[in-house]
Amino acid sequence: MHFWQQSLPLLITCVFGLALVLQYYVPHPASENFLQEISLWSQIIAGFAIVLGVGSLLSAHYQKIARQEAGWGYSAVLFVSLLTVFGAGLWAEGKAEGTFFGWLYDYVLVALQGTMFSLLAFFVASAAYRAFRARTLEATILLSAAVLVMAGRVPLGESLLPGIGALADWIMTVPNTAAQRGILIGVSLGAIATSIKIIFGIERAYLGRGDGA
Amino acid sequence: MSLETLCGAWLAVGLSLCIYSFLYRDNPFFKLGEHIFVGASVGYLLVITYHEVMLKKLAVPLIEQHEWRLIIPLILGLLLLARFLPRLAWTSRLTFAFILGVSSGVAIPRLLSSFVLQQVQGTLKPLVTVGPAGISFGLAELNTVLILIGVVSVLVYFFFSVEHTGSVRRVARVGSCFLMISFGAAFGYTVMARMSLLIGRFDELILYATPEYGYATVWLLGLVTGGLVWWQRRVRQAETQAPPDGAE
Repeated sequence: MHFWQQSLPLLITCVFGLALVLQYYVPHPASENFLQEISLWSQIIAGFAIVLGVGSLLSAHYQKIARQEAGWGYSAVLFVSLLTVFGAGLWAEGKAEGTFFGWLYDYVLVALQGTMFSLLAFFVASAAYRAFRARTLEATILLSAAVLVMAGRVPLGESLLPGIGALADWIMTVPNTAAQRGILIGVSLGAIATSIKIIFGIERAYLGRGDGA
Repeated sequence: MSLETLCGAWLAVGLSLCIYSFLYRDNPFFKLGEHIFVGASVGYLLVITYHEVMLKKLAVPLIEQHEWRLIIPLILGLLLLARFLPRLAWTSRLTFAFILGVSSGVAIPRLLSSFVLQQVQGTLKPLVTVGPAGISFGLAELNTVLILIGVVSVLVYFFFSVEHTGSVRRVARVGSCFLMISFGAAFGYTVMARMSLLIGRFDELILYATPEYGYATVWLLGLVTGGLVWWQRRVRQAETQAPPDGAE
């Protein structure tokens, strides 16, 4: 059983990991086809992963309804809205134009998504106020850069302070680029190190506990 | 105007106002809108996954075109769903192993090429220009020097193998200043994006407040406000009737 639960997963990771590292350095149509095939397989598996995630979500809400816990009515609302959109989508065969599915997308999903994200406008304002109250050098730099970038991107800023647009552009192309590059290089080196550890079986947290869970 | 447009407008306004009611505090209207949002988003995701992946990329090629090699991702996908069966849950490790192996193998050369070597190449540029008129140092060169200082100091800031004392601490401090400028710029962009979304939503709410749409925004704003007042009263009543903490 140890082979199936521990050794085989490590072998699969190592074989596919090394094969895809080598694939990058082999400029041959067969190598390209291999990458395309693996990408297709990954997309199909990602589809099943979505089913797994949705199943987990529904299971949590179903238990809430079954036990009639506080707020179980909202879980029922979630079920109804999910089944309505899913049913409408299946009925319309995934086509949005001129269907009930498209109507739900336009008037429910788009409206809710836009509103939910726009709600953050109010909270970023209060976050900025709290950062301003911190009165540290870092907070002052952060807020100054934010104000300059915002003012430089609207016509009002340019009419009040001529040249602020150019300053905002400079912030984006010089200090921002420098910091982003530093972050990218650091994150990439970390990701490469982790990937090597995964391929060679040093990092094996994804195997979970030894009891098969 | 068609009936479906009118119904859609009323529904969109009602749901938007439910979400905006959170600006007062967490309340049943917001929770209702939030759960509808989660349900509708997940339902939409499932429909897209079913049609675009399960049908187009798996079922049709496998059944109609007999592309038998697709049985492998099908089995790996089904093994992933074995997580629901406690006795067979361990089999999902094979799929996780495949996913991690593929993503690690794909990541290493691409990250090295695009995010390390190309970024280093973009940073290490001539610090002065040598031309027929001699050596020159202009604004472009100053920017190159600033980018070099910024990249190095940010990397020092994230380098924890050396204790941040003395000159390392000073360089790391410069790095943190560059990071703050970058986070500030990102913050500014986020605010702008959210503001533009807010303007878009308000634009729509104002449009739906016209007689053409039956004053949908006005009626539903009154309804939500009234509902909030009623709910707040009930909460206060419940609080006053509840025995104080520690009372028998």
